[in-house]
Amino acid sequence: MKQVFPLIALAFFATVPLWLQDQYYLHTLVVAGIFMLAAMSLNLLLGYTGQLSLGHVAFFGIGAYVSALTSLGFSLSIFGVQITHEPWPPFIGLILGALAAGLCGYLIGKLAFRVRGAYFVIVTISFAEVVRLVSLNWVELTNGPLALPGIPPLTLGFDWTGYVTLWGKAQNYYLVLVFIALAYVLIKRLVQSPYGRAMIALRENETLAVSVGISVTKYLVLAAIFSGALAGLAGGLYAHYIQIIDPMIFMFLNTVTMVIMVITGGKGTLAGPIVGGLIFGLAPVVLRNYVGPEVQWILYGVLMILIVFVLPEGIVPAIERWFNRKAKPGRKDGSAAGGKAADRETGQGGSTLALASSGKVNS
Amino acid sequence: MDQLLQHLVNTVIMGGTYALLGIGLTLIFGIMRIVNFTHGELYAFGAYMMYFFATIIGMNFFVSIAFAIAAGMVLGAIIEFTLLRPKRGADIDTTMLIMIGAWIVMQNLEHLSWGGIAKSISSPLPEAPLVIGPVSVSWLRVMVLVIALVLIAATYVVINRTKLGKAMRATFQDSNTAALMGININAIYTMTFGFGSALAAAAGALLGPVFVVTPTMGDLASLKAFAIVILGGLGNVTGAAIGGFILAFAEEIGAGYISSGYRDAMGFVIIIIVLLFKPTGLFARAERVG
Repeated sequence: MKQVFPLIALAFFATVPLWLQDQYYLHTLVVAGIFMLAAMSLNLLLGYTGQLSLGHVAFFGIGAYVSALTSLGFSLSIFGVQITHEPWPPFIGLILGALAAGLCGYLIGKLAFRVRGAYFVIVTISFAEVVRLVSLNWVELTNGPLALPGIPPLTLGFDWTGYVTLWGKAQNYYLVLVFIALAYVLIKRLVQSPYGRAMIALRENETLAVSVGISVTKYLVLAAIFSGALAGLAGGLYAHYIQIIDPMIFMFLNTVTMVIMVITGGKGTLAGPIVGGLIFGLAPVVLRNYVGPEVQWILYGVLMILIVFVLPEGIVPAIERWFNRKAKPGRKDGSAAGGKAADRETGQGGSTLALASSGKVNS
Repeated sequence: MDQLLQHLVNTVIMGGTYALLGIGLTLIFGIMRIVNFTHGELYAFGAYMMYFFATIIGMNFFVSIAFAIAAGMVLGAIIEFTLLRPKRGADIDTTMLIMIGAWIVMQNLEHLSWGGIAKSISSPLPEAPLVIGPVSVSWLRVMVLVIALVLIAATYVVINRTKLGKAMRATFQDSNTAALMGININAIYTMTFGFGSALAAAAGALLGPVFVVTPTMGDLASLKAFAIVILGGLGNVTGAAIGGFILAFAEEIGAGYISSGYRDAMGFVIIIIVLLFKPTGLFARAERVG
C-alpha cells in the first residue's frame, strides 16, 4: 500500500487533462506543478538537512534565465570581447539551466554552510537579491525590466522519432507531471540512501552525527547542489511554459510561496511539498473570486503563523498520525496495522480507514 | 575631490538612519535570539505613521516624528506579546517562520490600507539647500542626521546608564542567571522588542519625508539592516552603529563610481564578503549562531 498510493495519485493526475477541458484550470495546475517542483527542491534543504534557504528563488530564476538565454541566443561584449551565442534547442537550455543553478547551489553551499542558522538564512536572501539586481541592471544580457519575450516552448524528440513542440496546456501539463514523478522517485531514493540518512542525522543532532564520522560540509553541499539543480529545472520549465520572464521572477514572495508550500504540507516528508503545492497552487483559483491579492497574501501569512503554532509538523505528518491513532485498536488483527503505523511517506487513506473501523468493531 | 567630499557628507547623513535600523535589529537579536523579519515593516510603519500624523492630520512635523516612534514601539510590543511570547524557548527556525509570516501580513496590510501609490510627506524646513564650499545638502537631511544622532545617543544612555539597560545587558549575557537575580525576563523581552521596533520606526519616520513612502519600502530596509548587523557582529550595538555608516559609505561609493543601479547591491556584497573572511563580523564579541 505504501508503494501504491503515489501511483494512484499519479494515475489520477494523469487523467486530469482528459476530463478537465478548461484551459485556465489546466494553466493553474501547470504553474502549481512547476512551483511544486521548486518546493520539493526546497524541502530537500529545509526538510531533510534543516537549513532554511530563503533565497531559493535565485536558483529558480537562474534556471529560467539560463534556459531562456540559451534557447534565445544573445550577444554582448565583456571588457571589449564580443560574445555571441546562437540559439540552441530549448531542451539543452533546460539542462544547462539546471546545471547552472546546481553550480550556484555548490557555491552558496560552500560559502554559507560555514555559517549556519540565522547567517545561512541571511546569506541566501542576499544571494537572491544580488542575482535580482544583476538581472535588473545587466540590460545587455537580460533585457533588464523590459523582460525577455518570445522564449520558445520545449521541443521533444529525436531525429528518428520526429519532433513535438509543446505549445498546448495539456502537453505541458504532462511534461510537468513527468518531471514531478521523476523528482519524487529521485528524492525518495536519495533520502533513503546512506546520503539521505546522513543528511537527516545532521538535522537531528549535528554533534552526534559528526562524532560518528559524517562530514557536515560534504553532505550539506551535496544537498544544496541537488536542491539548486532541481529548482533550476523548475525555473527552466517555467520560462519555456510562460515564454516570457523578467526580473520579477526573483521576487521574495516567490520564495515565500515555496516555503509556505513546504511548511504547510510537512517539511521532511516526501508528500509534503506536493500536498502543500496543490493547496497553495489552487487556493488562488478559489480565493480570487472573493478577495484581492493583498488579502490572499494576508491569509497565507496568517496561515503560516497558524501552522507553526498549531501544526508545526505540517499537514501530511498530522494526517498520518491521525490515521495511525485510529488504526491502533486494529493492531491485534495482526502485523498489517503495524506496517501501516511505520509508514512515514504518505498519509494513505482507504485501507487504513477500513482497518480502523474494523478495529473499532473488534474492540 | 569635491565629488568625494559630497559622497562623504551623504554617507554621514544616510549612515545615521542606517545605524538606527541596525541598532534596533541587533538589540532584538542579541537579547532575544530572534531574527526579526518584521524590522523593515516596522520601518515602513514608522514612515506611514509619519505620513498619517504630519500630512493627513496635519500635526507639527517634530511632534509627528515622536508620535510615529511611539506607535512603532507599541506595535513592536504587541507583536512580541502575541506572536513571540507564546513561543519563548522555541528554536530559532520556528520564530523565523513566524516572523516571515508576520512580515507578509504586515506588508500586505500596508498595501491594503494605504494603497500602492507612493506617498510623499512635505517638510516645514526651507527648500534651499545648505551650501558649505563645494558641498550642498538639504536642511531636511541635516535635521534627519541630527535627530538620528540624538536617538543613537539616547539609546546608548538607556543601555549603559539606566537600570532597564542594566537588566537588558544582564539578560543578554545570561538570561537564566538574570531571571534568578529577580529580573522580569518577559518584561525585558517585550521592552527590548518594543525598543528595537521604535528605532526602526524612527528610521522610517525620518527617511519618509526624504524619499517617498511605499508599501514595499520595508523589504530593502530589512535586508540592509541585516547587512549592517552582520557587519557589526550579531548582537553588537556599537558594531551596528559603525556598520550603518560603513554600509552608507559603500552604497555611496558603489552608486557614485560603479553604477547607481547597483547601489542597493552593496549591502549584499558586504554580507557575502564579511561572511567569507570574518564571519563573526568586524567588531565581533564572539556572538555566533549555529
